[in-house]
Amino acid sequence: MSEILLQIDGKEVGATEGMTLLEAARKVGISIPTLCHHEKLEPYGGCRLCTVEVESRGWTKLVVACVYPVEKNLVVRTRSEKVDRIRKMILELLLAHAPDAFALQDLAKEYGADKDRFEKEASFCIHCGLCVRYCAEVKKKNAVGFVDRGTRREISFIPEIAAKECWNCKECFPLCPTEALQAAFVLTKALFSPPHPGPEPRG
Amino acid sequence: MDNERIDQIIDKHQCEASSLIQVLLEIQSENHWLPKEALERVSEKLQVPLTRIRHIATFYKAFSLVPKGRHEIHICMGTACHVRGATRVLDTVQDLTGIKPGETDLELKFSLETVNCLGCCALGPVMEIGGKTHGKMAPAKTADVLKNYE
Ligand code: SF4
Ligand code: FES
Ligand code: FES
Repeated sequence: MSEILLQIDGKEVGATEGMTLLEAARKVGISIPTLCHHEKLEPYGGCRLCTVEVESRGWTKLVVACVYPVEKNLVVRTRSEKVDRIRKMILELLLAHAPDAFALQDLAKEYGADKDRFEKEASFCIHCGLCVRYCAEVKKKNAVGFVDRGTRREISFIPEIAAKECWNCKECFPLCPTEALQAAFVLTKALFSPPHPGPEPRG
Repeated sequence: MDNERIDQIIDKHQCEASSLIQVLLEIQSENHWLPKEALERVSEKLQVPLTRIRHIATFYKAFSLVPKGRHEIHICMGTACHVRGATRVLDTVQDLTGIKPGETDLELKFSLETVNCLGCCALGPVMEIGGKTHGKMAPAKTADVLKNYE
């Protein structure tokens, strides 16, 4: 496969066709923050935190690094003033939903985001879709999915599938950048399992 | 709605996963809502995960996961109808049926929804029941119209 040369933060980077900007940057040790990206999953582009500035043929534009494919002679800036401003805003908006999420707090420190900028509307889930996509794409169980839309969108377990599959898996728990996932699972379990679970191993 | 009828609808669409929304719409229009068993049947036959079906069924307002009344009332709250007194029409309907927008009465007679412009503003205020449009509504007239529904 032919090598594509591009420039990221002033560094010459060689990449292969079909790679995303994020992959190319990580390969040479340039880090770009992400919330909804996972190596084992299809690119999603849901959180927009990985926004970077690209310049080609004299034009600059903002793209999300986790889905944007590498191009020849592209000039990429991962930390321009504009990029930082956008990331700060995204973090502030997300913190209104999940003010206690450690992953967000750490990023907030780096980008100077004020977690009290917007009125709290603690729904805890930031809709990164990691749990939903991991369950569908990697485990192929589809035990958890999104329901509703817009501001009311939330994750929801299918109780019948969850009762069978989730107890022995729970691989999605550590993926969640907030505590929303675990809470939803605990709730589903409480609502749908009998008071004295029979063969279930007790931790 | 029994499985046989659901299967008929699905077969009509050659069990194609890409016809999912069409299948759901047909079940919805015949049955007025999408029971869990129906969704499970569709999931099994079309080989589409239930999570995906639920996402779609909760995304579009055309679908309902709870039983709906025999007659679905849509009251237009669009700008033109609003200035012509849609609020009074809505109040009257709420008083007469005892339900609020988004609700269905216990006898499953009426369901009530508000919409934003039905596209016939000159007839405002507009009320639509089961697809039939009633224009130039006033509180008294609204009561007369509702009486015609069993
Ligand atoms: S529950 Fe957690 S992992 Fe799942 S979509 Fe919400 S924030 Fe992401
Ligand atoms: S990591 Fe790129 S949009 Fe979320
Ligand atoms: S505003 Fe009611 S029909 Fe247009």
